[in-house]
Amino acid sequence: MEILIILLPLALALGGLFVWAFWWAVGKGQYDDLETPGQRILLEDNQRTVQHKKD
Amino acid sequence: MSSPKIPTARSGRVESFSYDDEIVKLFVIATMIWGVIALLLGVTIAFQLADWRVNLGLPWTTFGRLRPLHTNAAIFAFCGNAIFAGVYYSHQRLLRARLFNDVLSRIHFWGWQLIIVSAALTLPFGITTGKEYAELEWPIDIAITLIWVIFAVNFFGTIVRRRERHIYVAIWFYIATIITVAVLHIVNSLEIPVSLFKSYSLYAGVQDALVQWWYGHNAVAFFLTTPFLGLMYYFIPKAANRPVYSYRLSIIHFWSLVFIYIWAGPHHLLYTTLPEWAQTLGMVFSIMLWMPSWGGMINGLMTLRGVWDKVRTEPSLRFMATALTFYGMATFEGPLLSIKSVNAIAHFTDWIPGHVHSGTIGWNYMLIAGIFFYLVPKLWDTELHSKKMAHQQFWLATIGLVLYIISMWVAGVTQSLMWRAMDDAGNLVYPNFIETVVKIVPMYWIRAVGGTMILISFILMMINLYKTAKAGKKLAPVVYESLPLDDSSLEPHASVHRKLEGWPMIFAVLSLIAILVGSGIEIIPSLVADKYVVKVSTVKPYSPLELYGRDIYIKEGCYLCHSQTVRPMAHEVVRYGKASNAAEFVYDHPFQWGSKRTGPDLARIGGKYPNMWHYKHFYDPREVTQGSLMPQYTWLFNSKIDYKTLPKKLSVMKQLGVPYSESEITNAVAMAQAQAKTISDDLAQSGVPVKVAEMDIIALIAYMQRLGVDYGSSQEGEE
Repeated sequence: MEILIILLPLALALGGLFVWAFWWAVGKGQYDDLETPGQRILLEDNQRTVQHKKD
Repeated sequence: MSSPKIPTARSGRVESFSYDDEIVKLFVIATMIWGVIALLLGVTIAFQLADWRVNLGLPWTTFGRLRPLHTNAAIFAFCGNAIFAGVYYSHQRLLRARLFNDVLSRIHFWGWQLIIVSAALTLPFGITTGKEYAELEWPIDIAITLIWVIFAVNFFGTIVRRRERHIYVAIWFYIATIITVAVLHIVNSLEIPVSLFKSYSLYAGVQDALVQWWYGHNAVAFFLTTPFLGLMYYFIPKAANRPVYSYRLSIIHFWSLVFIYIWAGPHHLLYTTLPEWAQTLGMVFSIMLWMPSWGGMINGLMTLRGVWDKVRTEPSLRFMATALTFYGMATFEGPLLSIKSVNAIAHFTDWIPGHVHSGTIGWNYMLIAGIFFYLVPKLWDTELHSKKMAHQQFWLATIGLVLYIISMWVAGVTQSLMWRAMDDAGNLVYPNFIETVVKIVPMYWIRAVGGTMILISFILMMINLYKTAKAGKKLAPVVYESLPLDDSSLEPHASVHRKLEGWPMIFAVLSLIAILVGSGIEIIPSLVADKYVVKVSTVKPYSPLELYGRDIYIKEGCYLCHSQTVRPMAHEVVRYGKASNAAEFVYDHPFQWGSKRTGPDLARIGGKYPNMWHYKHFYDPREVTQGSLMPQYTWLFNSKIDYKTLPKKLSVMKQLGVPYSESEITNAVAMAQAQAKTISDDLAQSGVPVKVAEMDIIALIAYMQRLGVDYGSSQEGEE
């Protein structure tokens, strides 16, 4: 089962990467607000300034 | 509308930009074309299992060649293109930024289509690695890696240039997909080429099995699940025009899913010679997966609260709600099947294809339909052509799928109970495998009918969406305006700066790939060396002719219907022989344990029947086994053994650690010819023409007669 020497560190590295990403996201305030992000994606279309390109 | 806590430095000049929707349209069209092909192939092979004559007697239309094409087309062509369409559409809007680079987008699109075409041009001709869902040979593997990197660069580059600080949950699912699929694909595809169209896996036996199913299970997880969950979190709220039920739950859903999924692979190897602790680990994590999966399903379904009336009238919502329901069922069934005692019954049976299709049809196809009914009218700025047609499609697909799933439950459980039925004296009640096959053929017919209904439903969707797009208007691109994310673009050379920003990301991705490939090639050969401390001395490498025969076995896709591993269960030992031992497989690059027993296990087939039996059986299986479903392999009797490839094959095997001596490599041709002559002389006694000694069939018979002999004849493991 020597393959575990590869697979375990790889799985742990992937897991570690996700842990880091999680900390990064928390640190950056990504999850400070868990209400408005869900709402915002619906508003995106209304916020745009629509104009057709003039040549 | 962003929260006050998230810093949004919204000073600076307003930037104008537009989205690249043309690339989304291209991926939508490709999804529809490959989807119908994947389903057509699926229906074809379903009928082949119901009636062997549908194999048409041609090598490239035979089940073993078409089944990999079906799975690859369904997963990578149909679902793949749909992922790219949905990701590219939502990614730009969620980040308020155009895709990083239009040229990369086009290379991504055409490169991916080229990969699919090359799959269609190789798999039917038997060019395959013999590892399920990773059958494509090494040049295509490299192309997949390159295109995936381009996708990654384009994707992360867009994140870098975003105008929205918050990274919405959908994007997190996409990120996990891109990173994990890259790692899985590279690690599982490490192989040494023998020629342009042939390679051997770097791993052997149990180790190859573990890597393969670590990949195989995560292909389901990170290609068919996480990207679609991301799409679900964008498109369901948009289509329902309601925010997701709980954004908090979606965050918990994401993180728990990505942490647990990666460990579940070994549940594909329960009761094999994989160490028991690894099996248990896989089982436990699989059961844990039930929680995040259902959390996600509930979050999706609850998003529809208050708009359930629209589920009845709006095709997009109807398909999405159904997709989530099937997702819930499939993710309940999955953990259930991972429990060892349930797996003992379900593994190797038709229950598994039934389970898989409740995922790929029920979840992926239904969700794609729901997304496209929302997306296509938006992209082409029009209304859906016909709601009535969409509802007809819905009922056809749903009833077809229910027929598929139920017939496979019945077939799987029936056959499994017949396999294991033993009388009081310890004899098998159904000693002839074929009895258990004939019994379930009616179920194969029902499945084929169900599959046909799903195919027709898909054609209805094609017509519906085509007419929708045709009625659409071609608009000039819409220009949006937004403030940049931070002050950096206030610099005088802001545009130049923005162009450069994405490159560190590209560099990071390329480095990751380089590290993976490099460490794989560096570390793995040194690891595989000591596994040749053979624990069972009677297990020897294959002779050159047997190795050649093994390659034919792989080429014809025999592993798709026959397993090569005897589980330690009374009825299996009585039916097949001594339970398998890990030491038996140390020279198997790749392993050939299989995952389905449409026909019997072959781990102990060597010496069980005379050569003449195999000879007749490959020519026409029904001559020796009445009622057999196996296709004829008549072409093996007319194609000559390509002896000159043997020294190279042996030397690659030696490189991989198989202990062939130099003299064996140089004399490979002579050794193979001598062994072929022994077999053909034996056959000649029954009146077979001597010239058959040069034909492929002899090599395949040589391999069959070797299977399981080494360990089977040893005293080890005997009680």
